[in-house]
Amino acid sequence: MSTNSIQLAHGGGGLEMNKLIRNLFFKAFDNCILRNEEDAALLNLQGPTAFTTDSFTVSPLFFAGGDIGKLAIAGTVNDLAMMGAEPQYLSLGVIIEEGFPMASLETIVASMASELKKCGAKIVCGDTKVVPKGCADGLFLNTTGVGRIVKPGLSAKRLMPGDAILVSGDIGRHGAAILMAREGLELESGLVSDCATLWGAVEQLLVHPFDIHAMRDATRGGLSAVLNEWAAASDVMIEVDEAAVPVSDEVKGLCELYGFEATDLANEGTFVMALPAAQADGALEVLKRFGHCENAVIIGRVGESPAGRVILHTPWGSNRYLDLPAGELLPRIC
Amino acid sequence: MPNQAINEPDSSLKLKSLYEGFRDAGTIRALAARINSAAQNLSEPLYIMEVCGGHTHTIMKYGLLGLIPDNVKFIHGPGCPVCVMPKERIDQAIALAKMDDVILLTLGDMIRVPGSKGSLAQARASGADVRPLYDPLDALAIARDNPDKTVVFFAIGFETSTPMTAVLLQQAEHAALPNLLFHINHVLVPPAIDAVMAEPATKVNAFIGPAHVSVISGAKIYRRAADVHHTPVVVSGFEPVDVMESILRLVELKNLTESVVDVQYSRAVSEEGNLTAQALVDEYFEVRDSFRWRGLGPIPQSALKLKGKYAHRDAEIHFGGRLPVQEIDDHKACQCGDILRGLANPMDCKVFGRGCTPQTPLGSCMVSSEGACNAYYRYHGVQHVD
Repeated sequence: MSTNSIQLAHGGGGLEMNKLIRNLFFKAFDNCILRNEEDAALLNLQGPTAFTTDSFTVSPLFFAGGDIGKLAIAGTVNDLAMMGAEPQYLSLGVIIEEGFPMASLETIVASMASELKKCGAKIVCGDTKVVPKGCADGLFLNTTGVGRIVKPGLSAKRLMPGDAILVSGDIGRHGAAILMAREGLELESGLVSDCATLWGAVEQLLVHPFDIHAMRDATRGGLSAVLNEWAAASDVMIEVDEAAVPVSDEVKGLCELYGFEATDLANEGTFVMALPAAQADGALEVLKRFGHCENAVIIGRVGESPAGRVILHTPWGSNRYLDLPAGELLPRIC
Repeated sequence: MPNQAINEPDSSLKLKSLYEGFRDAGTIRALAARINSAAQNLSEPLYIMEVCGGHTHTIMKYGLLGLIPDNVKFIHGPGCPVCVMPKERIDQAIALAKMDDVILLTLGDMIRVPGSKGSLAQARASGADVRPLYDPLDALAIARDNPDKTVVFFAIGFETSTPMTAVLLQQAEHAALPNLLFHINHVLVPPAIDAVMAEPATKVNAFIGPAHVSVISGAKIYRRAADVHHTPVVVSGFEPVDVMESILRLVELKNLTESVVDVQYSRAVSEEGNLTAQALVDEYFEVRDSFRWRGLGPIPQSALKLKGKYAHRDAEIHFGGRLPVQEIDDHKACQCGDILRGLANPMDCKVFGRGCTPQTPLGSCMVSSEGACNAYYRYHGVQHVD
């Protein structure tokens, strides 16, 4: 049997599967809970706990700045971090298409292990399935995570008039990097995804006594989706200064080419935060000291009316709604 | 140009040059001041039709309406390729997609536009093989990878996108790919302008000319609008500075009572246009006797079809009697027709934002990212918040 690619037997529950799990997954994610090989991981959870799950299907699996493995760890870790929780334990579900190159799987697993090290979380249980060729697009991953709540009370419903809105970095890079990889575009300079684990930055914020009301990583739907969801959930108006929203030249150019808006494009390592305006500069100072968030900036504030809407102020003095992106992101025709 | 660059994977795109300088706040404010000043001399209100939906979106997305005086109004034109597609043509695409062993390919928002019984997206969800393309040339690989299927490219768009279809056809011929067919729905801007101006109730007395269309066809195609309809035409780029500068030029031309064609988008548009692209289009296409436009009805010589020698690639011929041909009008409550003819504003429509939203569209003007109703729904109606 070829060991260069995944065979149906790797999911059959027998020798080949055992070998794959031991030689690849156990080796990369080694920890004592996983090593016990019981039917379920035995955890010692204390106090309020955050619990989240996410499935990852991305095409292509490798893109500038990351791969599906890095995404699967960062995505779940960030969901926990955004609720003020320290990521502790993760599960990993792997669905592999028959014929998937073993070397690619090894690269992806190594990338997951490397991302886990950045936040201290452990993969403590998992599942592997192999499906016949044509039944999956290469590789699907699912990660579920639990984390200890360090700061309770963060919620999309807690935004208050007078809050400042911050973003931790420039927006739209993940969506643009994926588009670039799909379309084989070559840019004048390297556009890479922002894909990264945010717990390190959030942990620094949480040791300070900031009264953070809400945090959210701006994944699918981008900044527009987060702000619209917050405005609706908290029944407030959010106003954004367009000139303050950081967007890289590459993302601006790509948006121009395809007729997209950077605020609609996905991020995988950039988050939005709301806290009282008086504390915003302090929070910025902390964020900017952290490697991944040196471009953090205040982009707007929370008001009262019209409740549920997000208003964008253009640099030339006009206003417009920043609406939710709708449907598939498709390029303009002409 | 953008499309050219996409097809040259080895070239390094200078994307910054696409927008740099054209969103400068100081320039936009200065242009707004000059427009407001010049508009005081207008002897009658200026009703500018922006033919292309891209310009409608620039005006709405960048909040330019708020900077323009009351005697300069915008009328949104029929220049959105998705909006002008009549339902029977979408029904034909859906019929093709639902056939056994057919893969239906199309561009952008086309998959969301409702035909008489749903959209291509709904057909896809119920099992039809419908694939939206980013680049028409991707159709070659799909046809090559599926030799046992018939791949149909549902080709849409104005003069801008026709050369891309021609290139695809040329390459399909060179590669002798027998299973790639074309359903041609390419339409032409000048006959649409004539149709708008033939409407007795039209108020249009100036045009912002489409940007990308003009890159291909040249500014010469608007001569008739200027000479016969006595309307000034300014061919404009899509950035806010482009549009503001074009509005200023139109106001100034109106003050001088000059009905001429002016090219603001001179960084990309010449009088003659892209002659290579035009020759390529001429090689493969000829003008149809008539094409029914959504909202505008049949317009003579307003669309293209494949030339007889490429009949073996023509899906309309290949699938002949199996395609529905019944003409289907819009929902009675939908005013897209009046909007496309320049007789109504999206906000005039009784179902706007109520029975008709981007998620549940009655008409294609609400679906397309280049549609006037979609632009109004997304961006219009902001209260003053300062």
